[in-house]
Amino acid sequence: MEGNEAVAWGAVASGCRFFAGYPITPATTIFNTMLKLLPPLGGVCLQGEDEIASMGYCLGASMGGMKVMTATSGPGISLYSEHISFAIGSEIPIVIVDVQRLGPSTGSATRGADGDIQFLRWGNSAGLPVIVLAPVDVGDCYFLTVNAFNLAEEFRCPVFIASNKEIAMTRENVDLDAIDLPEIYQRPGPPDGKPFMPFEAPSDNSAPYFLPIGGDVIVRQTSSTHGADGYITTDSAEIARIQDRLGNKLHSAVKRFSFHEFYPEEEADTLVLTYGITARAARDVYREKKHSGKPVSLLIQKTLWPVPEALIREKAEHVQRVVVAEMNLGQYVREIQRILPDKTVDFLGRMDGRLISPQQIMEAIDHA
Amino acid sequence: MHSLLNADRPPVFCPGCSHDRITRALDRALLDMGLKGEDLVIVSDIGCSGLFDTFFNTHAFHGLHGRALTYATGLKMARPELNVIVTMGDGGLGIGGAHVLSACRRNLDVTLLVLNNFNFGMTGGQFSATTPDTARVGSGFLNQLERPLDVCRVATSAGAAYAQRCSSYAKNLSKEIESAVRFEGFSILDIWGICPGRYTKRNRLTPQIIEESLAQMPSVKAPIPENQREEYGRHYRNLASELRPVPPPKKIEAQFDPPERQRKDVMILGSAGQRIITAGEILCLAGLFAGLQTTQKNEYNITVLRGPSITEVIFSPDKIGYTGIRRPDVVLALSREGVARRKAVFDSLDNTALVIQAPGVAVPSCKAKIHTADFKSQKIKSDDWALAALAVLAKMNRVVHTEMLTAALKFRFKNKILASSLELVERVKID
Repeated sequence: MEGNEAVAWGAVASGCRFFAGYPITPATTIFNTMLKLLPPLGGVCLQGEDEIASMGYCLGASMGGMKVMTATSGPGISLYSEHISFAIGSEIPIVIVDVQRLGPSTGSATRGADGDIQFLRWGNSAGLPVIVLAPVDVGDCYFLTVNAFNLAEEFRCPVFIASNKEIAMTRENVDLDAIDLPEIYQRPGPPDGKPFMPFEAPSDNSAPYFLPIGGDVIVRQTSSTHGADGYITTDSAEIARIQDRLGNKLHSAVKRFSFHEFYPEEEADTLVLTYGITARAARDVYREKKHSGKPVSLLIQKTLWPVPEALIREKAEHVQRVVVAEMNLGQYVREIQRILPDKTVDFLGRMDGRLISPQQIMEAIDHA
Repeated sequence: MHSLLNADRPPVFCPGCSHDRITRALDRALLDMGLKGEDLVIVSDIGCSGLFDTFFNTHAFHGLHGRALTYATGLKMARPELNVIVTMGDGGLGIGGAHVLSACRRNLDVTLLVLNNFNFGMTGGQFSATTPDTARVGSGFLNQLERPLDVCRVATSAGAAYAQRCSSYAKNLSKEIESAVRFEGFSILDIWGICPGRYTKRNRLTPQIIEESLAQMPSVKAPIPENQREEYGRHYRNLASELRPVPPPKKIEAQFDPPERQRKDVMILGSAGQRIITAGEILCLAGLFAGLQTTQKNEYNITVLRGPSITEVIFSPDKIGYTGIRRPDVVLALSREGVARRKAVFDSLDNTALVIQAPGVAVPSCKAKIHTADFKSQKIKSDDWALAALAVLAKMNRVVHTEMLTAALKFRFKNKILASSLELVERVKID
């Protein structure tokens, strides 16, 4: 199957029963697959009149208590932006798949890139953090989608799958049953005995308890700056507390979901750091280098945001140099430079619709 | 209970604002219907209509400008038993125009109350989609250049099953609202009103003028007979109930040994209509029947019926890393435009590589062994060349063999297509 199909199967395995999307290459086959899978299970799959509507449907259904997902590509993420901000600020769980294609703008519909990596992080109107997971292959599309739903449920926030045409539309054999899935998580309801406050969280590092709109207890949802009761507030102390919590709930927990693969080599003085489709070429390079007697270590990040800083520092501890390879003109490398100011950080990028080849990575390692 | 209004948060509209009347009429309508706060959700838009949800003790959802109908749609599909009422101004109607049209076409059981006061009250009285071109508003002369739209006429032509217009000052306003909410399907009520904070500062508008203006509008009588049909949610669930669940993806167990147990890269260069992508899929399945790891990467133009179509298949006994092809072991050259798109690849071929060349498809000079397939004299049509070329490959015992290919076809196809493809594989000759 292709990566997009694996995302859809992962969503269904997570209990997702609502999908809305607008057709766009290379994400359309997620919609196609969800349309086959959901209605016979009593779920809902809708084609929105545009991307804004698709996101709006999802946010409504999520507040109705359903697990929801949407999928698009760069041009659609642009249109999702107002609703991404809404989902962040008003803590509405949703999984958003961005099957990246070559941009900017309409760009090239059938060519891959990892050009949205900073856009996903910063494409909201408050600069608040989001979770972004990046699959490497079809198996990851399944595994990370299930995890994305768990994270969306736990932290009540948008969780992105940063896929790429080259994963999404490349077919590959995969044994889904062999993939070890986490336990499926549901957003918890409030404890008994207290009047329900829709934005009252059990701690400064967690999401509020959830009750659905349409249940027996009246629930308020609002995109306006609100207090714990869901009404507009002008109390700056309360506003600050909620804004801080929106960041803290993710930053304090990222260690628990820092998905990655690490291939350490004791003698290596270079760490290759990469993510997404480029990781596949990097794995080939790692093997070749190991056999050639000039080993490098390899870190493949599958959690991109929040930046798993502790993980990166730990894995880079014993090398002098880090080579960051990504299918764009230099985006995530900025984070690595920020986190590792004492190391030499070299960059290899490409933004022409072609994959970064093992040979290119090899040259980047050798020609420092 | 005598009111669903929120005692802690009384309405705070400007004195004389007709939204205040609508708030009370909506409350009356909900009470007359016997609804409780948990039976309904008020989805409010942006602007003064966006305050409505806070005045009621009901479920509430307040979102972005013009998008209220999108949340309402998601909520209603998730919770069919919930009454969903949207309050939106003439501003939201304009910016969310696409959503209004879709809601009319879809006929999901949602009620849209348009609080139409002919301007953007909250931002300074700018013109909206319903501002008369003679009005004096906060957008200078710009409204003189645009025509106001008739909400009911637009809704009716977009398929709204229920459309009605009325005055905020109508004695039967609560009954008008109740009738719209009770309607099973999408209902839109265009309620004309007065914005004292902005609009009537520079324009004369009274309840009587509204009444007279309404009388001059083309008549509309809800429900709209020609637009009556099944409610969307019910219809959706009926159609869905006839669908059968999709079985989980099938597994393929290895049944054969492959001809070669090392990484093999195959590139199929063809054109749209030659079933190149399907051939790549068949080849992958054949690989799985020999216990190999496989990937398939495709390239084709957005115009799916024209232009080159290219598929790249990798076989490997080990997990496949890089999915690009560095140096193909086999190239199936099936069309000129396919070859032209990947001209450079031929330079990389060494003397162990094999090129299968279809009739009339010139290939650049290269070191590979060229096998010219005589599909013409075997009367094989161009749309079968991809499968025929796989059959040639199988008969040469390169990368794939006939048992693998046959197993793949039996897995992928049924009935007539299976029979004809098996027959094609059998009759393909390699010399």
